[in-house]
Amino acid sequence: MKRAIGVALASLVVWAGSASADGVVNVYNWSDYIDEEILAEFTAETGIDVRYDVFDSNEMLEAKLLAGKTGYDVVVPTAYFLSRQIEAGLFAELDKDVLTNIDNLWDVIQKRVEVYDPGAAHAVTYMWGTTGFGYVEDKILERMPDAPVDSWDMILDPEVVSKFADCGVHVLDAPTDMIPIALQYLGKDPNSHETDDIREAADLIAKIRPYVQKFHSSEYINALASGDICLAVGWSGDVLQARDRAEEADNGVTVNYVIPKEGTMMWFDMMAIPVDAPNMENANIFINYLMRPEVIAKATNYVNYANANKASQEFIDEGVLGDPAVYPTAEVLDRLFTTTALPPRAQRVQTREWTRVKTGS
Amino acid sequence: MAPRSPAPKISRWRANLAAIPPYVWLLLFFLAPFLIILKISFSEAVIAQPPYSPVLSLSDGVSGLWAAVREFTFANYAFLAEDSLYIRAYLSSLTIAAISTALTLLVGYPIALAMARAPHGWRPLLVALMILPFWTSFLIRVYAWIGILKRDGLLNQVLLWSGLISEPLTILNTNTAVYIGIVYTYLPFMVLPLYAALERQDRALLEAAADLGSPPLLAFWQVTVRLSLPGIVAGCLLVFIPVVGEFVIPNLLGGSSTLMIGQTLWDEFFQNRDWPLASTVAVLLVLVLVVPITLFQRIQSRGGL
Repeated sequence: MKRAIGVALASLVVWAGSASADGVVNVYNWSDYIDEEILAEFTAETGIDVRYDVFDSNEMLEAKLLAGKTGYDVVVPTAYFLSRQIEAGLFAELDKDVLTNIDNLWDVIQKRVEVYDPGAAHAVTYMWGTTGFGYVEDKILERMPDAPVDSWDMILDPEVVSKFADCGVHVLDAPTDMIPIALQYLGKDPNSHETDDIREAADLIAKIRPYVQKFHSSEYINALASGDICLAVGWSGDVLQARDRAEEADNGVTVNYVIPKEGTMMWFDMMAIPVDAPNMENANIFINYLMRPEVIAKATNYVNYANANKASQEFIDEGVLGDPAVYPTAEVLDRLFTTTALPPRAQRVQTREWTRVKTGS
Repeated sequence: MAPRSPAPKISRWRANLAAIPPYVWLLLFFLAPFLIILKISFSEAVIAQPPYSPVLSLSDGVSGLWAAVREFTFANYAFLAEDSLYIRAYLSSLTIAAISTALTLLVGYPIALAMARAPHGWRPLLVALMILPFWTSFLIRVYAWIGILKRDGLLNQVLLWSGLISEPLTILNTNTAVYIGIVYTYLPFMVLPLYAALERQDRALLEAAADLGSPPLLAFWQVTVRLSLPGIVAGCLLVFIPVVGEFVIPNLLGGSSTLMIGQTLWDEFFQNRDWPLASTVAVLLVLVLVVPITLFQRIQSRGGL
């Protein structure tokens, strides 16, 4: 869910191939999503080599899985996509005999992902996050001193967002995020599959379209960090990355990430094993390794995303665990919603309505 | 008299042999994939792997294949007619491609002419310089334009500094940026065929025209441009055809309202996971492009490239 950039070329990195040599595990994960030391330590301990490839959109991963014979042993789709991929028969069941660390998982998160993969039969959560917005503090306050910076009004109220049009507003090019958020803002069920509801949500976003410079799912990271834009709907870890980059650059830009008070979407990236994985056993061993508290804590400290491992929390840096943008408080957690995959018909309506929002036709 | 040499026969045989690779190429890398896409366009989308039905399998035998073929449907083609989105996307792609081809020609012709008129010793270097950008990834070069065109990018800084403008221009994320990106990217494909056509021209023809009383501009139009027509056609097609299906440049440099068939196809394939409908869009795109290609063939056989 990190980056749904439509550029196929970017993900055409070295293909791991389908070699089924012993002692190899082929992993396909999101870009910039792990501390690579973890992979070296895994190999040192188990003798299993890791071939690690990265992708930058769920759609790209899904297309490969649907075509089959990817040669990958572990893949990390977002739960929303995972559920219908399970339905299509793309994943093998996990080997619970190997997954001895599964009790470390955090029940709060497990309850939420139950709907996608009942009984955690096919997947375990790697990281999770929220869809909120990031803003450049002084540019926003300069234009609107009393800006409602804790609310979706910033984006979805035409009167408010119009004030920021001149400094640049980006919105995720992701109908699966934006339509449910608009539904929630309208006081409707964010998981609605009804055509009329989807239309109404699209109408709301169409109203703010004149003030949106671009619908894109990754450009905002750099654009926020450099102050080229001042407001962007984005995924938590990405906005936090923009915040850190701006801090490092020391360019006078302060980026804040907001989980709006109306509530927002929560998503989960899940580790699963393709049904035709050449190294099934090693895949289970790898997933089990990533469920060790110290290991996954190391990943979280590195990538700034929350994991789903309760036991890991004592190993997480205070700055990360105590950051409500990464680990929201229990009260904020209650206001987060999840969505499930749409049936094909509703999916078509959603995509079509999104095209209407973006192109005005 | 010496016995007749068999050489002509062999060379004809060789010439026939030489014609085979292009056909094999066409068969393997165009016709076969096209037939696969065509076949999928008659299928229905399902939640499975692969995500369409029926799936043809050679192991089913003839009767199995026939049963699958009987399940074929034209519903996808009917659907494209129902929603005006697709026709508008095709038209908008053709328009953008036509405008960018014209712009590329306007920019490319003087460059090619200057290259062809340059001293003999320079020309290989000039051609090499034209090809040089290909050494860097196309994607990175398009990304570089983001840096140039953005609000406080290079171009705006230069313009502000020179006093030509007082407010930074908004170019990035507009159609203007798309045109700049396309013209920049496809320029070599226009310049090289133009250069090939112009370089072969005999300068004596222009002198002859002048001697016969033709003013320079008219001679340029009637001699230089006329004789370079095959190069113009080749260059325009090399630009026009790929630009119709262009996806990366509008995605990176264009705004959200840039409607192109490449994006529509992407949405069908990746967002809707409707491989059959995406295939249908692709089949129609090929058909739309067959028209200019046939026109090209005709001009080619008449003018003789």
